[in-house]
Amino acid sequence: MIGPVLGKDLLGLEELSAEQIRLILDTAEPLKEISERTIKKVPALRGMTIVNLFFEPSTRTRISFEFAEKRLSADTVNVGATGSSVSKGETLVDTARNLEAMRIDMVVIRHGASGAARFLADRIESKVVNAGDGTHEHPTQGLLDLLTLRDRLGDLTGRRVCICGDVLHSRVARSNIWGLKKLGAEVGVCGPRSLLPNAIDEMGVKVFDRIEAAIEWAEALNILRLQLERMQGGYIPSLREYNRVFGVTRERLDRAPRDILIMHPGPMNRGVEIDSDVADGPHSIILDQVTNGVAIRMAVLYLLAGGRPELAEAAKG
Amino acid sequence: MQALLLKGGRVIDPSQGYDAVGDVLVEGESISHAGAPLGDVRRDDGLEVIDCTGQIVSPGFIDVHCHLREPGREDVETVATGARAAAAGGFTAVCAMPNTDPVTDNQAAVGFIVRQALRARSARVYPIGAVSVGQKGEALAEFGEMVGAGAVAVSDDGKPVATAQLMRTALEYARTFGIPVADHCEEPTLAKGGAMNEGLVSARLGLKGIPAEAEEIMAIRDILLARRTGGHVHLCHMSTRGSVELIRWGKERGIRVTAEVCPHHLSLTEDAVERYDTNAKMNPPLRTADDVAALQEAVRDGTIDLVATDHAPHHYDEKEREFSDAPNGIVGLETALAVVVTHLVVPGILNWTTLVDRMSTTPARVFGLAGGTLKTGGVADITVFDPAEEWTVDPGAFLSKGRNSPYRGKRLTGRATCTIVGGRVVFRKAETGGRTGGVRS
Repeated sequence: MIGPVLGKDLLGLEELSAEQIRLILDTAEPLKEISERTIKKVPALRGMTIVNLFFEPSTRTRISFEFAEKRLSADTVNVGATGSSVSKGETLVDTARNLEAMRIDMVVIRHGASGAARFLADRIESKVVNAGDGTHEHPTQGLLDLLTLRDRLGDLTGRRVCICGDVLHSRVARSNIWGLKKLGAEVGVCGPRSLLPNAIDEMGVKVFDRIEAAIEWAEALNILRLQLERMQGGYIPSLREYNRVFGVTRERLDRAPRDILIMHPGPMNRGVEIDSDVADGPHSIILDQVTNGVAIRMAVLYLLAGGRPELAEAAKG
Repeated sequence: MQALLLKGGRVIDPSQGYDAVGDVLVEGESISHAGAPLGDVRRDDGLEVIDCTGQIVSPGFIDVHCHLREPGREDVETVATGARAAAAGGFTAVCAMPNTDPVTDNQAAVGFIVRQALRARSARVYPIGAVSVGQKGEALAEFGEMVGAGAVAVSDDGKPVATAQLMRTALEYARTFGIPVADHCEEPTLAKGGAMNEGLVSARLGLKGIPAEAEEIMAIRDILLARRTGGHVHLCHMSTRGSVELIRWGKERGIRVTAEVCPHHLSLTEDAVERYDTNAKMNPPLRTADDVAALQEAVRDGTIDLVATDHAPHHYDEKEREFSDAPNGIVGLETALAVVVTHLVVPGILNWTTLVDRMSTTPARVFGLAGGTLKTGGVADITVFDPAEEWTVDPGAFLSKGRNSPYRGKRLTGRATCTIVGGRVVFRKAETGGRTGGVRS
């Protein structure tokens, strides 16, 4: 590939090509090893300034980005919505322009509004990484899910992956759908129709109304967190019934014609969308996802900074 | 008496079925001749002659739906700036919606708009009064007193009349005064939190959708209540194929339903929202290509009676933000004619007579306003426009204070060149190759 792998920003997987996605995954591969060392630090991004701008609370994603940045030797600042000028009513664009005026190189943004990362990317010259925007996309989560699946299944062409749960409100689901489809996998979704987008049938995925049918079909399940406020929103009658009808349980998995890989982007509601013995069971790759998250974010930051995928090995120093 | 001769234009008057090259003579505030060429007109007391060669001379356009933001948000528009923007767009009269701050829900508030309009000395501005006090959807506003002060219709626009009982009462009560009840059709629970059309694009962008049914459920409710009450319901800014079919159903049964469509719903689809462009955010939202096709056909065949702008200026800062938090609405007064020409006349869907009918004659009839005709003795509200001028939309040149237009940078055809209200020229486009916004005369 001639020229940079990524454009200025990483906003979503919908706009990436299969080749770009493969190159990100390939770049992450050698970077995994850095996190296994005693001294977990290489100089690849030394001198770069990165702001982690988190308008929504986040534990896993924020820490994962921060580790990725620090292990690549970037200088990082964390800005949250509370305790910053945002809580004083500053607009998103003013916040970003003020940060940029301090000459930063990248912004990692988590925001509750769909399109917020795009909005920022169109208005500042710094590179923007979308760490989750509303119910739109969460591209690094999608990428780490792809990497984790690829580790286990190899080439994803023709592989059957089902995304289970609240697809309607899930940025993880959208990034997974685009990423999996681009890599040639067959994508299923399963959940109550009240939690699936009305236009889901036009998105090129197979829709399962019953979790039993999804389990019979799939080689891997990516089980989404059921946000507890969905019950108050009237989308489902109760968590109890959700677990009874859509919960991924040991009993249901035991009837599957094959072993099924179990993924979850976290944080889990044990006993709601996933039972504990499934989450902790032999086919769960949930913690592999978390480990891979750091490598994927290192790869994304490295490539956005202009790094070449074939030099990732050398960049490890 | 001051006189004005509009010479050599193509005179189109749907109210008389007239379409030929000729002259229009205005004496004082009224039309004294519209039709065949007059030859040499000589007068002692001053005659202004405007050469209209290559132009269309028509009864003045009337916009029955705009938001002029005064009182309350004079920073984004005033009655005066709105009236001048209207004139620059070829409108001789506009109806101002009552969702001002405070709400235009009483005779004093209506009188204020009337006075501001007189002071502006530009396009006419007719106030629309609120249906309910404070637009709260509870107590009926004083229709009679508002009509006495100059209101021409009632509406809670911006919001639907949420309860069927209030809508029923409004339709019944409005009959006394012979005014339409204009409703913003939106079933509030279905539309709640929505930012764009519900469909594949909203699913992809992760934006909450507003289904077509939110509009259609209210449209058929209103049509059925008009049947029950015999009142005149006017359905604002229709946006879906389903609504068109429901209106057609109502009209076939003789129900007193009229409807409007906005230029943006005749020309843009939900695809304009890609990249989260807040200037493509309005309510009702931009829909699908199939809806656009149905609306275009409905304007042609008259199922939808007229074109109205829903002109809704917003401050730059309010639109420059996250899509879901940005306010709904776009400016439309200065692009309406060109959008309709470009998207309906140029492709052959509408002819010029039908365009003038949908933008002038029918709006006047539906809202019971002066104008909409070039008949001798009628009020001299006249629009002269260039049917062929191509121009590039530059919101910075608008006379409106609003800049929030999805047509920024778009190349459009058709432009008002001269707008006459009550025999007085209130807008004349500058002769600089079509790039300027025009000057007041």
